[in-house]
Amino acid sequence: MIVRILGEGQLRIDDPATAGLSDLDARLTAAIDAGDEPAFRRALKALIAGARAAGTPVPADSLQPSELILPYEDADLAEVRKMMTDEGLIPG
Amino acid sequence: MEAGTGTKGTAASMSVMKRVTLIFRSKANKALDRMEDPRETLDYSYQRQLEMLQKVRRGVADVATSRKRVELQMNQIQQQSNKLEKQARDALGAGREDLAREALTRRSSAQSQLNDLQAQYASLQAEEEKLTVASQRLQSKVDAFRTRKETIKATYTAAEAQTRINEAFSGISEEMGDVGMAIQRAEDKTAQMQARAGAIDELLASGALEDVSGTPRDDIQAELDRMGAGNDVELELQKLRGELGSGSTPELEAGPPAGSDGNAARNSNSGRTAPAPPETANGVQPPADGVQPPAGHGAPTAGEPAIPASDVGESAIPSADPPRTSDQP
Repeated sequence: MIVRILGEGQLRIDDPATAGLSDLDARLTAAIDAGDEPAFRRALKALIAGARAAGTPVPADSLQPSELILPYEDADLAEVRKMMTDEGLIPG
Repeated sequence: MEAGTGTKGTAASMSVMKRVTLIFRSKANKALDRMEDPRETLDYSYQRQLEMLQKVRRGVADVATSRKRVELQMNQIQQQSNKLEKQARDALGAGREDLAREALTRRSSAQSQLNDLQAQYASLQAEEEKLTVASQRLQSKVDAFRTRKETIKATYTAAEAQTRINEAFSGISEEMGDVGMAIQRAEDKTAQMQARAGAIDELLASGALEDVSGTPRDDIQAELDRMGAGNDVELELQKLRGELGSGSTPELEAGPPAGSDGNAARNSNSGRTAPAPPETANGVQPPADGVQPPAGHGAPTAGEPAIPASDVGESAIPSADPPRTSDQP
C-alpha cells in the first residue's frame, strides 16, 4: 500500500504493518473527536513515526496515487479538522 | 485496501487517514478540467504543472529572503550586545556600578531577543529545505508525466487513452495538491515572521534596545524574568569586577566619579553619584513598555528625575549608543 505523508512524499508500506497503523489512526481519531490537543499531538507523531518506520520511499518519478494520506507531522488539531472537511484543502 | 470505497460511515466514525484521503482526492480531481479530447487535457495539465514548479521555486526564494533578513538582524543585535558589554565594562571602570548594571540589563534583553531570532532562523531554514525537496520531487514527477504524455499521445486513440490518462493524472494531481499546500503553509509562516521582523527593525532603528524584551506576558512571568535577568546581571557584574582588578570597586568611590569617561561622568548630577545599592531585583529591569525619551542621543537634562523606585534610572544611559563626549558644564 502507498501512503503519502503531506509535505514529505510517498512511502510503500507492506500489508502486515498497516494493522499497527490502523490502531494508531484510531487513537488519533479519538483524540480529534475529544478535542484533546496533547493526545492528538502524541497520536499524530506516533502515527507518522510508525509509517516512516514501516515504509520505504516511493521513487520520485512514480506517478502512482496514494491509498492513504496522512497530515503534516507538525499540523495542529484545528488544521487537521479543516483537512477533514471540504474547506481549506488544496488552494487553487 | 481501497480507501476510495470507504464512503460508508459518518465523518465522525471514519478514520482520520481515510477522511483526509477522500477529501484530498476529490479536491485534486475537481481541479482537473476535462477537455473534449482527453489527449488535449494532457498538454493543458502539463502547463499547469510547469506553473506549479515556478510557484514552488518562488516560494523557496521568498523563504530564503526572510531567512537572510533574520540573519541580518541577528548580526545587528549581536553588535549591540557587544557594545553594551563594553559600556558596562567602562562604567564599572569608572566606578559607576549603576550604569554598568543598566547596560548589562539591556544586554540581557538583547540576548533574549537574539535567542528568539535564532529559533526563527532555524524554523525558516527547515521550511526552505522542505520546499526545496518538494520542488525536486515535483520536478521528477513532471518529467515522468511528460514522458508518459508523449507515449499516450503517440500510441493511443482518444477513446483508448482515457484509462492511461487517468492513471497518470491521479499521481501527478496528488503531488500538485501536496506541493500547493506546502507553499501555502510556508507563505503563512513567513508572513508571520515578516511582521515580527518588521517590529524588530523598528526597535533597532529607534535605538531602544532596552525595550526588546517584547511580548506582553503575565505578571508572574514578568517577575520571574526580572529576577532571572537580575541574577544574570549580578553575575556579570562580579565577573567584570574580577577582570578589572581591585582598583575600581564602587564602594571605594562614593565621592565624585574619578574618570572623565563620558559614559559615567557626564550624567552624575543631582546626587546620583552615590554608589548604587539596588538590592531589589525589580529595580533592574525597565518596564517592557517603558519607552525611552525620544531625545535618545542628547544628554539628559540635569533636572530630569531619576526613575521612581529605582536608582537605576533609565536616563542613566540615554541610548545604547551614548555620545562619548567628555564635556562637562
